[in-house]
Amino acid sequence: MAIDQIRGGRKIGRYILLVVMAVIVLFPIYVMAIGALKPGNKVLENPLLPSNITFGTLTRAWRSGQLGRAMVNSTVVAVVVTVAQVVTSVLAAYSFVFLKFPGRTVVFVLFLATLLVPLEATLTVNRRTMQSLGWLNSYRGLTVPFLATAFGIFMIRQVFLTIPKEMREAASMDGLGHLGFLREVAVPLSRPTIGALALFAFLTSWNQYLWPVLVTTDSDYNTVQTGLAALKKASLSQPNLVIAGTVIIALPIFIVLISFQRQLVRGLTAGAVKG
Amino acid sequence: MRSRRWRDTGLAVLMLGPSLVILGWFVVYPLIKAMFLGTQRCNPTGKCPVDGGLQQYVDAFQSSQFQDALLVTVKYALITVPIGLLLGVGLAVLADKYVRGVGIFRTIFSSTVATSVAVASVMWFFLLNPNVGIVADWIGGVAKTPGLLQNEGTALWSVSASSIWANLGFTFIVITAGLQSVPKDLYESAYVDGANGFTRFTNVTLPMISPILLFVTVVLTARAFESFGEIDLLTGGGPKGSTTTLTYLAYGRGLPTSSDDGLRATVSVLVFFVLLILALVQFRGLEKRVHYGN
Repeated sequence: MAIDQIRGGRKIGRYILLVVMAVIVLFPIYVMAIGALKPGNKVLENPLLPSNITFGTLTRAWRSGQLGRAMVNSTVVAVVVTVAQVVTSVLAAYSFVFLKFPGRTVVFVLFLATLLVPLEATLTVNRRTMQSLGWLNSYRGLTVPFLATAFGIFMIRQVFLTIPKEMREAASMDGLGHLGFLREVAVPLSRPTIGALALFAFLTSWNQYLWPVLVTTDSDYNTVQTGLAALKKASLSQPNLVIAGTVIIALPIFIVLISFQRQLVRGLTAGAVKG
Repeated sequence: MRSRRWRDTGLAVLMLGPSLVILGWFVVYPLIKAMFLGTQRCNPTGKCPVDGGLQQYVDAFQSSQFQDALLVTVKYALITVPIGLLLGVGLAVLADKYVRGVGIFRTIFSSTVATSVAVASVMWFFLLNPNVGIVADWIGGVAKTPGLLQNEGTALWSVSASSIWANLGFTFIVITAGLQSVPKDLYESAYVDGANGFTRFTNVTLPMISPILLFVTVVLTARAFESFGEIDLLTGGGPKGSTTTLTYLAYGRGLPTSSDDGLRATVSVLVFFVLLILALVQFRGLEKRVHYGN
């Protein structure tokens, strides 16, 4: 009886804490969502309560921020980067695990060492490379430097290592070559990890900010991130417009993440497992 | 006949080729080239007529701008990393026990992972805005004039709040996954041994999730040192440089570096070495306390 009461009390305490924390975490999102649904002249009234609900602000933000164009740009860039990273990572990881060639370990360690180089140490030179190639303000400029990453190769290598070597031997006795084994055995067995890498690559590319700022000046090549920054600068006197733009930009990623929660957890924790 | 050792070399070159080209061209080459470029001074057209030599690194490191930015970055990391870590562990432990509706709380705590730096920063910019923001009305004082982001004493703390919030989803997800990987029988045997909730946490949970905590610490520290978007969108490095971090010093607008690729390279190579030393220190210092299972 007494123990039950203590347990019950603890449970209520835990609930109260959970609710308080949830309210704090959700608060900025809530304020934005409410603000986006208010007409321009009312955005300062009762900031916590919805009133005069309208979708007009959202449509105005969509048009004046050229957010449609930015969405297309971000989608193209993120899809190209994701597909390319999956392909290059799978191919490279396969050769590190299943192929025999001299210097394999050395090459792998060199690949891994590139993980230590922070993006920002390379950006100045990469921007100059883009400039000399005439790739500023282009999809090539936004995508090419990110078509392969050591992180992706490492992640896929770790899962390929779990495939028993005997399977490869048995397959080669059946006359299955490396490409056949890759397509029919290795990739299907690694599908969850490949999915996690794809989601992680997509999100990282979609969320990039500094690189697009450096290589684009033409608003036709704005991604959603730089487009939002441009909208913020252009419409400082109309906060509700920028707030609506923020909501529009945040929404698709919320939906993607809620649909792919499991892959996300796998992708985010991949770096934390010992290799 | 070719030896077994060389058997797959041709295929390996083909399969590694794309990754080799991209990583060589956009990671290895630029890093080496940046070390050289960092000894030059360039004009806005990109030509680099002045050779400053290695002295340029020494001068840049000793300059008050670099020292100030280093101090701001260290402060920023010392605020965001421990608070972010504590909140992440706290929320993950709170939402780990089975209680009704825990799934909803997990989704809520994970949700900020969906906000990019730009989205989170613009949200907080308006939240803390002295004219339209709700926080200004509540707190008043400096939050109203000049505004939390516009006041030298509070700007860095405000940027930190935004970034802790934005990183919380990531921290929560990773630590929750770590908690779930702790074998349940460890808790049971600790319970049998008479350990109470708190001792179970310090003697079982913490050691078991220490590799995850090391990982989160390293990632959050790197993010603090590489922070750019939140500074650019929230404060532009001001007021009076109080939020100019190292990465913002290298890539921000209207700074001496923004029209001089040489100086940019000098600063970013210095940041690279600072980060490298930091990563080594973190690993050496924390590795000893980290418990890897068998």
